[in-house]
Amino acid sequence: MTTTTAHAAAAPPAPPGALALGVRRIGIELKTFFRDRNSAVWNFALPMLLMIIFGSVFGGQTLGPTGITFAQYFVAGMIASGILYTSFQNLAIAIPMERDDGTLKRIQGTPMPKVSYFIGKIGLVFVAYVAQVTLLILIGHFFYDVALPSGSQWFTFAWVSVLGLISCTLLGIAFSVVPKNAKGASAIVSPIVLVLQFTSGVFFLYANLPTWMQQFAALFPLKWLTQAMRSVFLPESAAALEVAGSFELAKCFAVLVAWTIGGLVLSLVFFRWNKRGQD
Amino acid sequence: MTTQTAGTDLVVPVPDGAELAVRVRGLRKAYGETRACDGVDLDVVRGEVLALLGPNGAGKTTTTEILEGYRSRDGGEVSVLGHDPAKPTPLWRSRLGIVLQQAADLGDLTVEESVAHFAGYYPQPRDISEVIEAVGLTEKRRTRGSNLSGGQRRRLDVALGIIGRPELLFLDEPTTGFDPEARREFWELIAGLRSQGTTILLTTHYLDEAEVLADRVAVIARGRVIACDVPRRLGGRDESLATVSWVEDGEHRSSSTHEPTRLVGELSGRLGGEVPGLQILRPSLEDVYLSLIGHDTEDAS
Repeated sequence: MTTTTAHAAAAPPAPPGALALGVRRIGIELKTFFRDRNSAVWNFALPMLLMIIFGSVFGGQTLGPTGITFAQYFVAGMIASGILYTSFQNLAIAIPMERDDGTLKRIQGTPMPKVSYFIGKIGLVFVAYVAQVTLLILIGHFFYDVALPSGSQWFTFAWVSVLGLISCTLLGIAFSVVPKNAKGASAIVSPIVLVLQFTSGVFFLYANLPTWMQQFAALFPLKWLTQAMRSVFLPESAAALEVAGSFELAKCFAVLVAWTIGGLVLSLVFFRWNKRGQD
Repeated sequence: MTTQTAGTDLVVPVPDGAELAVRVRGLRKAYGETRACDGVDLDVVRGEVLALLGPNGAGKTTTTEILEGYRSRDGGEVSVLGHDPAKPTPLWRSRLGIVLQQAADLGDLTVEESVAHFAGYYPQPRDISEVIEAVGLTEKRRTRGSNLSGGQRRRLDVALGIIGRPELLFLDEPTTGFDPEARREFWELIAGLRSQGTTILLTTHYLDEAEVLADRVAVIARGRVIACDVPRRLGGRDESLATVSWVEDGEHRSSSTHEPTRLVGELSGRLGGEVPGLQILRPSLEDVYLSLIGHDTEDAS
């Protein structure tokens, strides 16, 4: 065989780095997210809509002798839900759509490193969360007398948000392999989020739920996110409303770290770029 | 190789010493019992346009997607720009351009935004406006992907495939859904890329497209390349019987011959100069293609 396989004449310059391209991806993810009516409505406006509806219907009810209104309890739960919406729900629905419509295949065929794609997603999740939670806090503060966090509460708010977003982002990436196609994604993912909200103390007082339901919810991150957010947005007296009589922040931290590790393992093992049977 | 299908001798090897962009030997890939690639051998010479023809399910897409680094292979040697596509690197990918079938992404971005974004992935991208102009989307540059027609979407796909100044461009059925005028314009675009030295591997169902664009044509059937040659010689097309037809004594006559020139000389002498209604027909690329595919099917049964 005397034929030769071609090599580049001169070494071509290296493609742009993973981090720089990740930042470009964040820009394109945000543009796409906020231009797409579906994601704008479901991932962004829905929590605020729910907050206003629930707040108006049950807002005045006070919870036991604490003087805390259900609206305030609910605001903390919705802020925690915001983490789940903008990360887990957003990605577990959007990634199957991107697998279906050719986005993933197209970018896989470019020199963009795969990690840049995930940087883009993480950036999108953080920006969407910050925007959403800001609006939720403002609505809660001005309409339902929810006090703004102070001092160490900000610190709790920060680590709960970051750990919650990281773990739920990883879980969303891993879960994106479950829906068979784009159409099925929202039908599978939305009920999961809803069930978690019902059982984790978002729509109902957690302490009033049946024990088996509490134990079920305690397996997942949302229950711990809501509990930690109540420690941030409700007065200390609200600890009396918790099953344990305290907010159990150390336990919240441990559970979220465990889910972060679990989410990382699950996403590394199960995430796939191609549709099934195409590799 | 101990057994040869009837078609294997129709594969004309590239000249020794030719610089190859793609070299494939004995490529195998099975999905369960189905052998999508069953010993594909293929060479793509640097700078040429090679058209890959074949019926659906013949292994075209599997072969190209293995070359593009999308799918793994079960066996065989594959080299694309001197690199094993099973181990893609960003540097290797920056030298390829890929235009896939059936993309429906980028609906929320304008043409200009999409092209500019993908330009940022490459070390030496082409000029964004020039690429948009070349694919004929200048007037649509501020239109979102979801508002483009099918043909315009396809041209956006091509723009994204060539923005990185690829050495090797994969085009998978690029003109499906184009009207005749758009196809002509697209052909000019491909001819232009070729003249700039881009190697192109084109998959198509249109034989006229292959005939116009391709330097060489490879026919793939049942997981193998059964014929590969320049279009006018494919499958022994240039050596097959020519049909000479003419009008003599008010009657249409025709004759099949290996020596049409000699026959025409004879006729000219007999009929005194100009031969009325003279036609010499060789089998078209389509005739050859269909007989190759048909031949192969007979072989299998």
